[in-house]
Amino acid sequence: MKLSFKNLIILSLTFLKIGALTFGGGYAMISIIEREATIKRKWLTSEEMLDIIAIAESTPGPIALNSATYVGAKVAGFLGAFVASISVMLPPIVIITLISSTLTKYFENPYVKWAFLGMRAGVAALILNAVINLGKFLKNEKRPAVYAVFFLSLTLGLLSVFHIISFDNIFIILGTIIFGIIYTFLESFINKRAKKVLTPNDKSDDLKNKNDLEKK
Amino acid sequence: MNIYLDLFLSFLKISLFTVGGGYAMIPFIQSTVLSKGWISPELLINFIGIAESTPGPFAVNISTFIGYNLGGFWGVICAILGLFLPPFLIIITIFYVGKKFSSNKIVKGIFVFLRPAVLALILSAFSSVAYATIMVSDGGTTYFNWFGIILMFASFISMRFFKKIHPIVFLFASAGLGLIFYGFVL
Repeated sequence: MKLSFKNLIILSLTFLKIGALTFGGGYAMISIIEREATIKRKWLTSEEMLDIIAIAESTPGPIALNSATYVGAKVAGFLGAFVASISVMLPPIVIITLISSTLTKYFENPYVKWAFLGMRAGVAALILNAVINLGKFLKNEKRPAVYAVFFLSLTLGLLSVFHIISFDNIFIILGTIIFGIIYTFLESFINKRAKKVLTPNDKSDDLKNKNDLEKK
Repeated sequence: MNIYLDLFLSFLKISLFTVGGGYAMIPFIQSTVLSKGWISPELLINFIGIAESTPGPFAVNISTFIGYNLGGFWGVICAILGLFLPPFLIIITIFYVGKKFSSNKIVKGIFVFLRPAVLALILSAFSSVAYATIMVSDGGTTYFNWFGIILMFASFISMRFFKKIHPIVFLFASAGLGLIFYGFVL
């Protein structure tokens, strides 16, 4: 797409709107970005949008911010990326700054205190709800190593949350990344060895089985 | 350390290790903010509640809150700059260098294990919020909040049952019920 002043303005206005009107962030925001960028503005095809979602999910940082940066880069290069990500952050920054400067004065007010004590239960429920939603992938997961990582991280996380041991959560993430790399290499190494063991006869048997299945 | 530099570096670190969106950030925010003694656990939960019920990405909202609370306007700028820089630079690099990043075999392999680890961390963040809901400390005394347990489970079951309704509705409902119950019934 041509890099023009007009394009940057449209990009900025679109992401200002997304930042000001989308509640919940993350995935809620992705569906709005998708609608704006693929259907309304035709900046991207839906395949490109799927790529962007995959990249936004697999890189550090908030998903909403990542996808805004990538869509911006796609539309208008580096400047576009900068404009889109600043635009999506600007409305919440202004809104929260205004709330902070007024509401925090009233935190000692008993009525406000009671309302927030009630909301605390809601926040707990909200986080538990997110855990259930995010944990759906475990349904089809059979690898014991995945469960081992889950339970080890949970144990360490709980011990640190309740101040029984003190360490940074970041080490769980770093450890998991290192484990993931080693596991992937070992897995592909073992798979290669297993393939070598197969004789040409076995392979033709495999082909026969496949053909039989296709016939059925 | 200078508070502005500390805010910038802390949010740089939080942003760099948040993989998988908003909720994944809560455990890192919690451990950083509480271990530095920046704000009380109760205030942090209030902030999470407000950040969830105002527009914009959750991560931006909560960072603005903490930045403003510690350093006013410039605190916000430093926290947001720290939050913004790592993903911006990484996404720009991927855009210009390698678009095949997320279909890379090693990246995929890492994510097989990163997902359960992040899930476990969010679950442990939940348990600390649940603990603060059940055992409420108020001005040096701690009491057992039985109504909080009921409210927590009622909100959770409603969220699971009415999936079409935005969870914020239940957040406001629990605040309203809290106000009525703690203020006028107890």
